[in-house]
Amino acid sequence: MASSSSSLSNSPCAACKFLRRKCQPECVFAPYFPPDQPQKFVNVHKVFGASNVTKLLNELHPSQREDAVNSLAYEADMRLRDPVYGCVGVISLLQHQLRQLQMDLSCAKSELSKYQSLGITGHAGLIAAAAAATATTHQNLGINLIGSGGGGGGGGREHHFHHHQFFPRDHHHHHQQQMLMSFDAGSNCDANLLAMNVSSGIGQLSQFQSPRAAAGDDRRTIHPS
Amino acid sequence: MSSGRCAACRYLRRRCTQDCILSPYFPSNNPQRFASVHRIYGASNVTKLLQRLPTHLRAEAADSLYFEAQCRLEDPVYGCVGLIFLLQQQIHSAESQLIKTQAEIAVMKSQTQHPRTQPFPAISGSNNLLLQQSDNDANLSFSNQVSFGFI
Repeated sequence: MASSSSSLSNSPCAACKFLRRKCQPECVFAPYFPPDQPQKFVNVHKVFGASNVTKLLNELHPSQREDAVNSLAYEADMRLRDPVYGCVGVISLLQHQLRQLQMDLSCAKSELSKYQSLGITGHAGLIAAAAAATATTHQNLGINLIGSGGGGGGGGREHHFHHHQFFPRDHHHHHQQQMLMSFDAGSNCDANLLAMNVSSGIGQLSQFQSPRAAAGDDRRTIHPS
Repeated sequence: MSSGRCAACRYLRRRCTQDCILSPYFPSNNPQRFASVHRIYGASNVTKLLQRLPTHLRAEAADSLYFEAQCRLEDPVYGCVGLIFLLQQQIHSAESQLIKTQAEIAVMKSQTQHPRTQPFPAISGSNNLLLQQSDNDANLSFSNQVSFGFI
């Protein structure tokens, strides 16, 4: 083959090869489903269907189509790996991680402010306060989901989320939750105070932006406290 | 009730049978839910997806399909993957802030304990939180791989 590009050779794109049809020069799939990536189209077709993908792509400007196809391919892959939650499972995990980090950050800032407000002196009282703070911070290292008994989510601690939030309530995802719990540094800060900070910071799942917009504009982003 | 079709069958203009697989998850009082899912996935794909799952998992699956469909309708280019990007960025930012704050705490502690002899000590391995966070960076970039360059 003179060229590996499907647009130059006679090789049909992965979509037309799969659909067993002639790959026309103006094939909408050809630029995004090269013949050397057959699985990409197989996955997308299984989840969305070729005609739905065609409609989606036709509604977009050509400059947007590659990103759209790649995100569809990613979603399709996730859905095939996890038929129950798909990408939503990933989103839940990331939200959980973010929430934990925000709580840890809040505690750390609180601890830092204690030192800052006391000032740096050689007073014995300061040394005692530092020792107490250290003991408090480290006493809950390891598994510690604040306000929770651990395990598969779905309990009262999710009340502050928007109703579109998903937490894998089922034991199906228990092992994923365990993975998250194992990295939690833990702290002994006030759980209610932190929950309020976190819930106001996370906002609604629907208030997201595309990566390009998000990079330049954080108006609607989740802001760590 | 016998004349009440589910939202899916009403949308598809077909009879809603007793064993309609879609009816528990697309009730007639929420037609927009099925319309969204149908627009992105198509009725037959949704049916096949649900059929492959045990009954007790289908409600969650239908909810997640609806959520993803809504995300895709709101953002036709990135769909819910845009949200994943956003969350990863925010996690990265929060991590950086946490590490920075913990470093400041370590400095403060050290200054508190040794105010004149060691004003700026190196951050020692006694700060277990820092090490834990950096060790878990690999876990925080989710294991299912975001990169699009797969076959």
